[in-house]
Amino acid sequence: MSQAHEASLTEHGGHGDDHAHDHHPFHQHHFATMEQQFDASKIGMWLFLATEILLFGGLFVGFGIMQSKHSAAFIAGHHHLDWQMGALNTCFLLISSFTMVMAVWAASNNRNGNKQGILVTNLLLTLGFAGGFMVVKYFEYSHKIHDGLLPGKFFHYTGPDLVPNMFVFFSFYFMMTGLHGFHVLGGMGAITYLIIRSLKGDYTSDYFTPVDLIGLYWHLVDLIWIYLFPLLYLIS
Amino acid sequence: MSTHSETMAHGHQEHTHEHGWKGYLYILLILLVLTIITVSASRVDFGSSTANVVIAMTIATIKASLVALFFMHLKDDKPINGLIFVSTLLFLAVFLGFCLVDAESRFDTRPGTYKGPVDQVAEPLKNVDAPVAPAAAAPAAAPAAGEHGAAKH
Amino acid sequence: MADVIASPAVHTADHGHHADYLSDPEHKGIWSWMNTVDHKRLGVMYLWCVLAAFFVGGLFALLVRLELMHPGEDFMNAEQYNQAFTLHGAIMVFLFIIPSIPAALGNFILPLMLGAKDVAFPRLNLASFWVYVTGAIMAVTSIVVGGVDTGWTFYTPYSTSTGGAVTMMTMSVFVLGFSSIFTGINFVATVHKLRAPGMGWFQLPLFVWGIYATAIIQVLATPVLGITMVLLVMERAFNIGIFDAQIGGDPVLFQHFFWFYSHPAVYIMILPGMAIISEIIPTFSRRTIFGYRLIALSSVAIALIGFLVWGHHMFTSGESALAASIFSFLTFLVAIPSGIKVFNWIATMYKASISLDTPMLYATSFLLLFGIGGLTGIFLGALSVDIHLHDTYFVVAHFHYVMMGGTVIAFLGGLHYWWPKMFGRMYNESVGKIACGLVFIGFNMTFLTQFFMGSQGMPRRYYTYLDQFQPLHQFSTFGSWVLGAGLMIAAVNLMGALRGPKNAPANPWGGTTLEWQTQSPPITHNFVGQPSIEHNPYDYRNFKVPSDAV
Repeated sequence: MSQAHEASLTEHGGHGDDHAHDHHPFHQHHFATMEQQFDASKIGMWLFLATEILLFGGLFVGFGIMQSKHSAAFIAGHHHLDWQMGALNTCFLLISSFTMVMAVWAASNNRNGNKQGILVTNLLLTLGFAGGFMVVKYFEYSHKIHDGLLPGKFFHYTGPDLVPNMFVFFSFYFMMTGLHGFHVLGGMGAITYLIIRSLKGDYTSDYFTPVDLIGLYWHLVDLIWIYLFPLLYLIS
Repeated sequence: MSTHSETMAHGHQEHTHEHGWKGYLYILLILLVLTIITVSASRVDFGSSTANVVIAMTIATIKASLVALFFMHLKDDKPINGLIFVSTLLFLAVFLGFCLVDAESRFDTRPGTYKGPVDQVAEPLKNVDAPVAPAAAAPAAAPAAGEHGAAKH
Repeated sequence: MADVIASPAVHTADHGHHADYLSDPEHKGIWSWMNTVDHKRLGVMYLWCVLAAFFVGGLFALLVRLELMHPGEDFMNAEQYNQAFTLHGAIMVFLFIIPSIPAALGNFILPLMLGAKDVAFPRLNLASFWVYVTGAIMAVTSIVVGGVDTGWTFYTPYSTSTGGAVTMMTMSVFVLGFSSIFTGINFVATVHKLRAPGMGWFQLPLFVWGIYATAIIQVLATPVLGITMVLLVMERAFNIGIFDAQIGGDPVLFQHFFWFYSHPAVYIMILPGMAIISEIIPTFSRRTIFGYRLIALSSVAIALIGFLVWGHHMFTSGESALAASIFSFLTFLVAIPSGIKVFNWIATMYKASISLDTPMLYATSFLLLFGIGGLTGIFLGALSVDIHLHDTYFVVAHFHYVMMGGTVIAFLGGLHYWWPKMFGRMYNESVGKIACGLVFIGFNMTFLTQFFMGSQGMPRRYYTYLDQFQPLHQFSTFGSWVLGAGLMIAAVNLMGALRGPKNAPANPWGGTTLEWQTQSPPITHNFVGQPSIEHNPYDYRNFKVPSDAV
């Protein structure tokens, strides 16, 4: 690395990007070294995760304020959620987080393709568990829709335990799990991309930045669910 | 960052995933156990709903910390990334904290639900009236002052 | 060791061998601009867009002032007036001021100042620009399809019940937020990872510190604006029950959500302005800046404390007395780092050999106008005074002194300072000074009067008023014409220079920071070779002012 570092510091005839030697195909010209490029990407990803946390944070704050305002309605609403499905989905996401970190581990130790199989297998497993999460979500949503437990003006539930303002709980339930669900779908797209590129053999111990970054994103999706699950399904 | 100098020597951008994959499996098992604990804890009444919330959120925070430290590698990562993460949570706490302080200490604006602060305002008014009003009229003055406070809104 | 920067780039400017980024034969044609990842070209494209937004927002401002010539309806009725000031506010805030300095000047200058070839994520930078354009088109569409009359703050319950294109406008703000976030992420990563060898944190130019502090706010605050806008749209479309009191919501909560972003956004607006002033003053005073570390750290302090004070916009909203008292106290704290900056700038100028070129004239205007804007902010931060002044013209005058007298004046100063670097051409100095004088006089005519009206009880956002305010309103309107004329002259002067020959030397003002060490305009890769740093910035004792400086 020190060689590459020196090369970039010395003059190269006025054209910034003609490193003739030791040049990785995914090395961008405005970074002096691959390490600098990796660190910058990582900071960028963490900053993006910060924005994600604050985006969800707004919903959590709204949920907290509305829960203290309509506590009876929120407790009544929460009884309509199926904690077993929530717990199942928690397990799906936790396991998928594990397979994701295994994929990152495999990629970062993938020298001469010796961890290629582990990398692809774990990415496929992650995708599978994410799909499982969405399937459970589908059953949960269809059940709520069937009962008329819908957000805002679409709420038309008429059961015996109807409490005023119960629709506010379901507004938040659908917004929070919906936004989270979109993030799961986005993550599934990103993991599919990783699988395609992994099959081409693009990720080795020299370059696995995308696996690492999408891994971080995927763990954040898990992290948010870790809070959503007890808040929505368990607290009464 | 001992691994930093290692990295330089190897010529790889390899960073700190040096602990084997088995560690990740243990973390996963702990996370699953904690999920069982949080579900069981929600079935137990700890005396108040606040206590249940605190316990559930504490377990969630332990789980989240495990994910952040081990799966997201913050334990061995460059300090800046951890700093970004922690300061984000800090700002979120500021946001939540101030909103809750306001919401919990505000006048309740629904009609007929005034308590506390309005009575405190009404109290001095009552005292001003007291010397003038006959002793028998004093109990009647208090609800009147209360109504006056409510009518303002 | 005599020069500040020992780098091969120093001498290339004199030879001028290299094609600059504007006329690079490898990047020709409109498409090479549309999908460029060059931070300089993106900065220039951002510049044209924000200037166009400034023009449109300015037209709405002139219309608003014209309507206020006489009490009663002149040529706009109440609804049209509401739309005019809403569009003025929304366009100026979201399309002009927030992206103006960071995205236009910052994009161009920041990597140059760091000695970097580009920002950390050039493609994200390109995405940021096109997201901005998308948001701008949505904003314009909302004007055309129905107008917005809520004020730029979109307060509930009015914004959830009024007609018009509020949904479109809020979604445009949501989209523009992403553009701002992308810029912020890019700048933080760039400052952390792409500094030239030898450039430690306290060798950063102060412009970089200011933009860095701004970027922190952009990253941490903007997502909350995004979710606020989504919740507002949801409330409008589906009555989800969070903000509308009629269905159990909390309208004050909307104000919390909105100001959690929008107060820090005030610092997104002013910190880059302060950052420019911190560059201009040492350059034209030929002196090392006084209190470098304090200025640098006060930028970060302002950014952080700025997150703790949003409730001072809500003193009369029904916010609890406890929360209001805490917010009022914290608000006073922001004055400390701001004051530190102003004192340090003045101390830098003390006994210096000042040359009053156009950028420096803008910088001195800034000191006066920002001083007034900042001090009246302390009045408004005081709980009891604010109850009287809330929603009056005093508030309008205060924030125009900060945003226009502070940020826009600094932006104009920065534009005149870096114009030769960006386009390689010198503008007419005398015309530049006349324009600056007119802007200064016109600005004070327009807004100083509004302090008087506000303290006498003239409420904001009304298309009519009591007869007693007419002389002051008319004076204010005349002032807006002087201000407009000054801005037009400045624009013609700058644009006119573009038709002339590329006559700007590499370092026309004798600046010490790295962007002056490459040719004007810079080559596509910014520097020949990698520049490195051996001295602190603004080290005029060790810096030879180049002989070709004006």
